[in-house]
Amino acid sequence: MRITFAALLIVFSGSAFAEAEADQPRTPWGTPDFTGTYDTATLTPVQRPNYYADQLYVTKEQAEERAQQTAQALAANNAKKDPNREAPPEGGDGSPGAAGNVGGYNTFWIDNGETLNSFDGKFRTSIITYPENGRRPGLTPEGTARIRALYRSFARNDGTASWVHRGDGAGPYDNPEHLTLADRCLQGFSSTGGPPMMPALYNNHKKIVQGPDTIVILVEMVHDARTIRLNSEHPPDDVRFWMGDSIGWWEDDALVIETTNFNDTPAQAPASRHLKVVERFERLDNRNLKYSFEVEDPSTWQDRWAGDYVWPESDERIFEYACHEGNYAMGNILRGARRLEREALAATE
Amino acid sequence: MSRFLKSLTLGATLLACLSVQAEDDWVAPRIAGTEIPDLSGIWQAIGSAHWDIERHLARPALQLRDGPAVPVPHQRILALGALGAVPAGMGIIKGSGTIPYTAEALAIRDENRADYLNRDPAIKCYLPGVPRSTYMPFPFQIVQGHDSMFIVYEFANADRILYFEDPGPAPVDSWMGQSYAQWDGDTLVVEVTGQMPDTWFDRAGNHHSASMKVVERWTPTGPNHMQYEATIHDEETFTEPWTISLPLYRRMEPDARIMDFKCVEFVEELMYGKWRRNPLPRGWEE
Repeated sequence: MRITFAALLIVFSGSAFAEAEADQPRTPWGTPDFTGTYDTATLTPVQRPNYYADQLYVTKEQAEERAQQTAQALAANNAKKDPNREAPPEGGDGSPGAAGNVGGYNTFWIDNGETLNSFDGKFRTSIITYPENGRRPGLTPEGTARIRALYRSFARNDGTASWVHRGDGAGPYDNPEHLTLADRCLQGFSSTGGPPMMPALYNNHKKIVQGPDTIVILVEMVHDARTIRLNSEHPPDDVRFWMGDSIGWWEDDALVIETTNFNDTPAQAPASRHLKVVERFERLDNRNLKYSFEVEDPSTWQDRWAGDYVWPESDERIFEYACHEGNYAMGNILRGARRLEREALAATE
Repeated sequence: MSRFLKSLTLGATLLACLSVQAEDDWVAPRIAGTEIPDLSGIWQAIGSAHWDIERHLARPALQLRDGPAVPVPHQRILALGALGAVPAGMGIIKGSGTIPYTAEALAIRDENRADYLNRDPAIKCYLPGVPRSTYMPFPFQIVQGHDSMFIVYEFANADRILYFEDPGPAPVDSWMGQSYAQWDGDTLVVEVTGQMPDTWFDRAGNHHSASMKVVERWTPTGPNHMQYEATIHDEETFTEPWTISLPLYRRMEPDARIMDFKCVEFVEELMYGKWRRNPLPRGWEE
């Protein structure tokens, strides 16, 4: 449908201008057409590893080596395991990472890309491009306090309720409200829905449905749909949203989206209700969009920060990510903590 | 060009005349630059279908217990008084006004109603499925492109992708199902399959099985109205297919929008409160 329309434009006008206009898929009402499903998974991290310093790109050889290492690690992890192997020891086997040191996730669940993100054949070391070191600026004292509170449930799990004998005895799993928004199925983790929308460990698909006045971006994780009103205004300051209020407009062939009116806990932790995000979508070629963002929240970071990465179109379909309906983990985490607390108290009596 | 436009308008008018619902001389607007009817906007159902889709009289509460003289509200809802009562309604079921349950399925419906507070999945903020999402007392927004469509519901942030190319059998059951949409004149026909058996039709215990197929018909009938019909096919639960029909109204406020009602956070006390380190009193639990 879109290709046919572009072709028609070329047929009906011979001018160079019209050809330039037709060089990308367009909606019948004339704007660039970003409708489609995109897989935003990438091996390029949001923040640049320190050893790259201000180096934004790696060589093609380095990028290929990284992709190969990832493929090999994946193959090794996917190799058949001894079905009679022992369960992990109580408290975990000490390994780090998403397995949570008790075998929580294996690679079947992980889908964080196969290659580094690349523009024009140049491979990126980070998604963040400003500040020049590719890392978020330092936190304000307020931002630091917020991130400490956010990560209170990330205590090392040694298989005991070690907290009952510490300080006031308050623990990381005292209440459902103390778990992360992702654990509670309120938002995806890693700011996958954002904004800014970042790649995550898995479920990186996004779907754009584009109308003349309204554009929706479905974020796979937690079925979060961002609705963007074109040429509109933000609501009064006391109207707040989990993903903020997004308004958009076209600047030539770029879609610009400004988001404010966040609630107190935007997906991009540890941002505050003062967060403002400006995003841009532009078409790079038939299969790829460029997604850029600029973030500012003076109560959280000492400077603004910005970045961009490529969203490749995907032929996959997005399945429903219901989350809350199957969140047996929430009950199990709380009940497990209650049991460990009883055991810890009984042992000291 | 103008002759072309005139003939298009005439054609569309003729189509509208054939439809039983369309207002006189009104033709559904088109998506800019296309002949596709424009259903986009923020819509909402009005009425009491979300309480009970069958024709029904008012009753004291969603769940009752035996009283000395007549059934009275269950103790868990008693405090809501008149605001916990169920308003009457003519129902939205075409024809008889009742659902043609098999005897076994009717017995389950009655059990659902008797044990309502434990059983209605929407109480736990689960995704309500189709067609229930349409007439929940919350607005929903249709976002429509020239070859794509998406529905965002306020309740539980539920949403649906509408596929205009046959997606084949649903690869896995889901709460909101898989939607395959086609145009029949100005009516959008959506076949919804692959829904979990766990969603209900309303707050009255009306239920279905995993083999349910819903065929929706969305017909624009005026600038601010649509007629919504859904035919329910489910041989495991019903003796024959049956159809609901209700109008949908455009939300007219200039600042109308889909607000946040994730509701997951609103049910944490209900679902998980008893596993807090220091649970709050839960006197209503027996």
